[in-house]
Parts: sequence; structure tokens; C-alpha cells
Amino acid sequence: MSEPNTMKKTTYREAVREALRDALLRDERVFLMGEDVGHYGGCYAVSKGLLAEFGPERIRDTPLSELGFVGAGIGAAMGGMRPIVEIMTVNFSLLALDPILNNAATILHMSGGQFNVPLVIRMATGAGKQLAAQHAHSLECWYAHIPGLRVLSPATLEDARGMLWTALEDPDPVLIFENNTLYNLEGTLPENAGPVDIDRARVRRAGKDLTIVTYSASLFKCLEAAEALAREGIEAEVIDLRSLRPLDDATYLASIAKTHRALIVDEGWRSGSLSAEISARIMEQAFYELDLPVSRLCSAEVPMPYARHMEEAALPRVETIIATAKGMVSHG
Amino acid sequence: MAEFRMPSLGADMEEGTLVEWLAKPGERVERGTLLAAVETQKGLFEIESFEDGILGPSLVQPGQTVPVGTVLAMIQMEGAAIVSSGAPPPTEQPPVGAARPATPTTRRIAASPAARKRAAELDVDLAGIQGSGPDGAIQLSDVERSARPAPGEAGAHPAPAPSGASREGMRQAIAAAMSRANREIPHYYLETDIDLSRALRWLEGENLKRPIRERILPAALLLKAVAKALGEVPELNGYWLNDRLHVSPAIHIGFAISLRDGGLITPAIHNVDQLSLQELMKAMGDLIERTRANRLRGSEMTDATLTVTNLGDLGVKTVFGVIYPPQVALVGFGRVTERPWAENGMLGVRRCVIATLAADHRASDGHRGGQFLAALDRFLQTPDKL
Repeated sequence: MSEPNTMKKTTYREAVREALRDALLRDERVFLMGEDVGHYGGCYAVSKGLLAEFGPERIRDTPLSELGFVGAGIGAAMGGMRPIVEIMTVNFSLLALDPILNNAATILHMSGGQFNVPLVIRMATGAGKQLAAQHAHSLECWYAHIPGLRVLSPATLEDARGMLWTALEDPDPVLIFENNTLYNLEGTLPENAGPVDIDRARVRRAGKDLTIVTYSASLFKCLEAAEALAREGIEAEVIDLRSLRPLDDATYLASIAKTHRALIVDEGWRSGSLSAEISARIMEQAFYELDLPVSRLCSAEVPMPYARHMEEAALPRVETIIATAKGMVSHG
Repeated sequence: MAEFRMPSLGADMEEGTLVEWLAKPGERVERGTLLAAVETQKGLFEIESFEDGILGPSLVQPGQTVPVGTVLAMIQMEGAAIVSSGAPPPTEQPPVGAARPATPTTRRIAASPAARKRAAELDVDLAGIQGSGPDGAIQLSDVERSARPAPGEAGAHPAPAPSGASREGMRQAIAAAMSRANREIPHYYLETDIDLSRALRWLEGENLKRPIRERILPAALLLKAVAKALGEVPELNGYWLNDRLHVSPAIHIGFAISLRDGGLITPAIHNVDQLSLQELMKAMGDLIERTRANRLRGSEMTDATLTVTNLGDLGVKTVFGVIYPPQVALVGFGRVTERPWAENGMLGVRRCVIATLAADHRASDGHRGGQFLAALDRFLQTPDKL
């Protein structure tokens, strides 16, 4: 338990770095591997300083070969190590989709339970930094489709700090998606912040009029929208999914049972998205609680534009969340 | 399409409150089918359809008060589409049988799942609810609003007993109608003694043959005799509208029923001249029961062509009536008492009643009024023919 006087100012980037340090210190089987994680300090400067502290055995730069180094990570995990593999962005991870799906997610099954893969893969995701259509998509939904994987989406500093160790303790592969716009997020964390659960969604703001289900960077847009809505007398309950696979249905279903209105804000493309999956689950499990159809706000179904104003227009925005929520609540 | 509107249930009615839908959207209705219950200053009435067809979605929801003439729902007339198409349809049409399959125009009510669930819990009929959701869908709050009893009412069911407020309203309505009567109608009054001995003796004999529940009250005899007498003097039966007498071919007698806690309602018994005494008795019993339960039909409130007031049970000797506009006459009966009666030079004791006629001098004259009372007397002397 943290004392009030032990809070410290920090950032999402530093929280992830703290999590890495903590893991490297706790377990000598843990090592970090990826493009530019060592000498360059990570393309988002997350692992800056770790090479000096832990040495090249444990902070390993890799060639630009996602297929190769993710495969190496899987092999190391099967061999008894606890690798943390960093992929620069989710777009690049597609090169490693084969080992992630055909090896990491399936070897436990294919080996009749003889080999598990205690691997953690971290990668950046999301738009908002003008990185355009080959670096800025939100494809975590594709991984959340795969049985055998656990998919996490830390939005808060606390989760950035706490999810890694819990993921490493999982005997099976875990993917952690860090939205690239969050690294500069500032806030405070207790000095002794540590591992958190990776099973449950969290109600980040309580409300009675409307349930907004979201995750990752969209959480903060939703919270900002909820603030604005509250000034107009609309109390939105904002739910941070945290885990994208498995989904914690109980938390958002309980909220909808209270509000009877559901809005899903998902930075992924709409068709076949997480928002579609959640919407379907609401229909299946909470149909009789709904007072109007589920609404979704997703990214425009276009390659992510480079131009700032167009990138902004393609993403779910605070204003559209507010307008959609008001439209939903104004009916009844 | 026909419009089902908030009816005028009296000359002074300006608005009414829809209390309950008695038919569902999509339901096949006929002329006479009860469609809705409406509360007015005079009480709660059930309104019938004047059309045959399919009832459309409700445009007014229970609890709403709307002006007279407001469309409450549309009625899709049967065969309307075929009529409008003019020429007979080409081939491949199924033969037009007497029974046409249900029109596909009946749409499922748009209601949210939560609203449906809540409606089921509260036993609320979605058909009677106006939706406030997207595209008029019924939502949770609409159901809860409709299930909430109106102020002053105890239960979820539209409470029959008029509240103090509606009693007040009824008083106002009576005040308005009676003021108008005395202001506009030049009344004339006629009075006659009628010997009821023969009629009552006959009735007592008849009743001996009947089980208690089927016994006929003298009031039924009087009503029937009034109806028959009106057949001879039709200008007392109808309305004075637009400076002109409209004689009614049908004889619907408004039958004044005092409510125990004050107020007065005069619902109509339809086609009294065509009812047997037995049927008339049944109709009266039904009407009294429904009046006290506040479940009268709209037409019963509006289409009386003459009113009969019987204050005999209170010991009143003579009734000097005030006509209920736009009717043109009111017949009053006092108490039935034994009185010395001279006939053919002999004095006897007879059971008598004083019958009075208050009539609109614009519509009839004393001469015709006198003939009416004479006919009334005559019919009461041959009770077996009533």
C-alpha cells in the first residue's frame, strides 16, 4: 500500500521503463530484445539507459527482421527464458504474424501441452503522431482474434508500470500494446507502484446515463468528453477494457445494466473490429438491457493519413464522442 | 384512411384525456369496437370506432390531454388500396375472398429491448405508448412514464373513481350545460297525473313468474312507454341545432343517474323503442353498473335524443326539468303514491305518478306536448303491449 507522501511525478514512458527494470531485476531469465532497444535506447526512448545498466546480454539489439527475432524470442521462451520482445510498431509486427500465430499461440496445443511459450511482446500502436499509413494503425484487434494469446492495452501510468510483470508471470504468450501518443503522458505514481491484475476492465469514471467502452489512448478522449457531458448534466460511465483478450464482459455488461445505453470508442477500423465484437457480446448478453442500439465510434476506414488535420479527422475525436453521447441520451 | 379523433362528448367539452387504449395498433376493428377510454369532466368514457379497418399506431399516449378533434390514431380502411387503384387488378391476383389475410401494413411496434422487458414486468401494453426514441421507438422512460398512475390515482389501472378535481369538473360541466339551457331554451312545462294501478298490477303478476334477478322495475315500464309515445310525437325526440329541429329517427333515451357522491350522468339507452322490457331492464342494469364504475361509452354520453329524470325514489312529487342541450325535451317522473282517484263517477284509491314534460318551445308546442303525455298515459294503461 502506498503512502500519500510517496507519490512521484512520472510519464508513461518512464513507467514502462520502470517496469522493464523491475522485471530485469526480479528475474535473471528476463531479457529485452528488439530493433534499436539497446544503443539507441528504443525508438520511443523507452529503454534508454538499460543497456548501460544491464549489458548487451540482456538488452539486445536485433536486425530489422521481425520474423527472425520474434521467432528467436519464442525459441528462448520455450527454452526456459522469459524474453520481452519489442516490435517498433504494430504495422511491422505483421512480418511476425506467422510465428506469433503459428508458433507462439499454438505450440502448447500442438505439443500436447509439453511446451508453453512464456513470451511477452511489446509493441507501439495507434495514430496521432503523423506517422502515416505504414506506422500508425491500430491492429491489436487482429491479435485479439487469436486463441492462445493474451492481449493487453495499458492506458494509464499504473497499468504501464504494472502489467508487464504480471504478463511475464503468465505461462503463455502475452502481447502488450502501447499507444505511441501515450509515452509523453504525465502523471503521478506511488514510489512502490508494482504489478497489477491483467484480467479485469476498470470503471474509470462512474456515471448513470451512458456507458462508454474504450481502451488505450481513446480512454482519455472519452474522459475528456465525459467531463464536458457532465457540465451538461449527462453522466457518462467510462470503462477502460485494459485486456482486449480475454475481454472482461462482466464489467461493461454490469454498467450497461445500469445505463441501458452503450457507446464503444475504438481507434481500430470499424469493420470486424473490437467494437464489433463488444457490440455483439452486448447483444448476446445484455439485449434486454438496451434502450437503444449500441453506437460505435471508430477510425475512418482509410489508410491513416499523414496530414495532421486529416489524421485528426480520421480518428475518434472528443467532439464526436460528445455529440454521439448527447444524441443517444436525448432520446428518452 | 379514416381518422379516429378525440370526440366531443358534450356541447361543453373542449378537451379530453386519453386514459387507455382498448384496441392495439394493427388490430382489426369494426364499427362499434371499443378503441379507447377517455376521461372528460363528466367522467370516464369508452369510445367506439365508427369505421371498419385496421387500427394504426397510436398518435396520442395514455395520460395525454388533447383538444377535441385531435387525431388519436388512423384507421386503415379495408380494401382502401383496391378502391383507390381504380381499374381492377390484372391477372395473378388471388381470388378476393370474404376473408382477406391480415394486411401486411401492421408493423411491429418499435420498442427497445429494455422497454419491452420493463413493459412485461409492469404489465403495460406497448401499443398504448408513444415512443420518444429514435424514429419514435418506445424507450424505457416511455414505459415507466405510462405505467405511472396519474396524479391522485392509486393503482396502475386507470382508476374509475373520479377524483375531487374531476367532481369539480363535472359540476362545472353541469353548470355550463344548464346555464345554456336556461339561457337559450324557451321551456314550456306540462304535467299530468297517470294512474299506474293497472300497469303495476300487471308488472307484479309478471314478476311473480320470473326469478328475482329477472324482475322488471317500474322504471323500465315508464321508459318503454316514453319511447312509444315519442313514436307518436317525434318532434320531442332529437336536437335543436343551427336554429333548426333535427328529429332523430332513433330513440335513445338519456337516463339520469345520480352518483352517490354527487354529480349526475345521463347516459343513453339506445333504441329503447325496439327493446323488450326484459332487454330494457338488462340495458338499464348494465348502464347503472357501468356508470357507477365510470366505464361508459362515448356514444352513450352524446347521443341521447331525450332525457328522462325519475326522482320518485326520493319522494319528489313533481319534476320540473331543465332540458339538456341540444335535446328538445325532458320527461320527469315523481313518486308513485296511492291517491284518491275519481273515475266514471266512482272514487277509488289508485297508485299514481305525476309525469311532466319540459319541452323546447322552439321545437314543439304545448299541443303536441299534450298529445305526448296523453299517449304516454295510454301506453301505460296497456302494459302487456309495451
